[in-house]
Amino acid sequence: MATHVARGPANRRLNTGTRAAFRYAILLLILALVLYPLVWMVGTSLKSQQEIVNNTGLWPAEFTPGNYAQGWVNFDVHFGRFFANSLLLCALIVIGNGLSCLLAAYAFARLRFRLRGFWFAVMIGTLLLPGHVLIIPQYILFKTLNWVGGPWPYLPLVVPHFLATEAFFVFLMVQFMRGIPRDLDEAAKIDGASPYGVFRHVILPLSRPALVTTAIFSFIWTWNDFFRQLVYLSDLKDYTVPVAMRLFIDSTSESAVGPMFAMSVMSLLPVFLFFVAFQRMLVEGINTSGLKG
Amino acid sequence: MALTTTSTPALRDRRPRPGPATRRGRAGAARRGEGAAGYVFLSPWLLGLMGITALPMLLSLYLSFTNYDVLTPWSEVEWVGLANYRRMFTTDPTFWHSVQVTLKFGLIAVPLKLAAALGVAMLLHRAWRGVGLFRGLFYLPSLLGGSVALAIVWVNMFNRAGAFNSLLSLFGIHGKAWVNDPDWALPTLMLLAIWQFGAPMVIFLAGLKQVPVELYEAAAVDGAGAWRRFRNVTLPMLSPVIFFNLVLETIHGFQGFTSAFVLSNGSGGPIDSTLMYTLNLYIHGFTEFEMGYASALAWVFLLAIALITVVLFSTGRFWVHYTDGDDR
Repeated sequence: MATHVARGPANRRLNTGTRAAFRYAILLLILALVLYPLVWMVGTSLKSQQEIVNNTGLWPAEFTPGNYAQGWVNFDVHFGRFFANSLLLCALIVIGNGLSCLLAAYAFARLRFRLRGFWFAVMIGTLLLPGHVLIIPQYILFKTLNWVGGPWPYLPLVVPHFLATEAFFVFLMVQFMRGIPRDLDEAAKIDGASPYGVFRHVILPLSRPALVTTAIFSFIWTWNDFFRQLVYLSDLKDYTVPVAMRLFIDSTSESAVGPMFAMSVMSLLPVFLFFVAFQRMLVEGINTSGLKG
Repeated sequence: MALTTTSTPALRDRRPRPGPATRRGRAGAARRGEGAAGYVFLSPWLLGLMGITALPMLLSLYLSFTNYDVLTPWSEVEWVGLANYRRMFTTDPTFWHSVQVTLKFGLIAVPLKLAAALGVAMLLHRAWRGVGLFRGLFYLPSLLGGSVALAIVWVNMFNRAGAFNSLLSLFGIHGKAWVNDPDWALPTLMLLAIWQFGAPMVIFLAGLKQVPVELYEAAAVDGAGAWRRFRNVTLPMLSPVIFFNLVLETIHGFQGFTSAFVLSNGSGGPIDSTLMYTLNLYIHGFTEFEMGYASALAWVFLLAIALITVVLFSTGRFWVHYTDGDDR
């Protein structure tokens, strides 16, 4: 202890100074590696067809913004439609998840009813259930109901989310509601509020942060989801952005590479904007809820 | 996420001033209504559990013993007993191949991803100017990396005229089309998974915040260097968080689908080298329409995931330390 103190603050500050610089250098190097693919993607989306083959560097020598215009109309149905479809799907799922998971979470977090412990354990069990296991029987079920390729092609994608099947969000909201002081419920009850009243006037307004988190991640996960949308969407005009992007892989022509990169940039843009807007919340919020991206 | 505990204006004049007697009387009467309300609030979830989860699970268990293929009517579906399972384990070489590919992917990519996440979290956990920006930018790939668009970019990056080869050419190495090489296609997908280390990183950061500073100070007083402090303080204190990340990332990793689909355009190629289990399942179910066989594949997958989870939890006993004395 004595030697530790005797070493003196000046010496120590120098030491920590060089260490900080060293750490900074390492972080910058890792950051460059992490961001390289993203910058390369944007750069390539602006390269001419010839440059894509000859110049594999980060940035185009000559800007070719025409890739964007060409990519937008590359298929019989234009990308505007695919974006509108994806946005509609995301909006429906955001609403469905928020509503249904909040109801279930309120029951688990606040109400006493028979078999509550059992149902809660079941809910936790479904948390670890791999979604791919259920896709085949769900497909058969929805096909039998004539939901697949029917007049409402998004039913098989949306309906499960109105039935709180995303256990992760139920769990998240239960954890959140446990942090809301019970005194508030009790106070409302003494004023004659029923469980519905408590939900409406206490839990619902105070659960806004959990709802926002759920909405953000519902949006991002739906926007990126490929497996389900690939399985359920068969008509080009119903395609969402990820399924439409897949068409670029089918068309192997060299001339489509630039437009393909341009549409890749476009399709990542909404998630990127979400990131910019909610960056702090995403990184900090996850810290407390154990949320996964 | 900040917990909002302040009352809203609507609640302000409803502050609790309960006498104990009235409280108990009301609560007893309310209890009965609460039970019914519980099921009212739970009903969408219950309906989903029954219709979207339980019923399909049972249906797929039944189908796994049949030769169902969507096209033949239900009346002509044949019960084939264990034939699907027998085929899987004895006569279908692609099954074992896909298991190998999936295990290789999970066992290499997940530990490396967690190591990267922990390493960067160690560099970022103390507060300094600009640290938030670094955290955010390292987290960004986790939001973008699961998409088709990014998988497309990644595949092109490791193609002949890709960014990776231009990096290699700086060192005078003439690269090849890595994604078309059966030995290298899967490693490029592993790199894509590792690139997304930001999600476990932010969870590590939260865990590191919980480690009491006094422990490091005490270790330093005892003469422990940086490595020994990491080894003997950070790692054991962080073990519950490491465990949490390991379980989540392992289950997530074994289900990798999108990037393998994009690289091979849904075939699992080159020469089945990216035939992840879920991709094999998709091919059997939705391109071959062997839904009976695919259901058997799905059930084996479910049991395997369950087994892996159990194994992880049972080994967790030996290396996960819970400081609150709650030995789960």
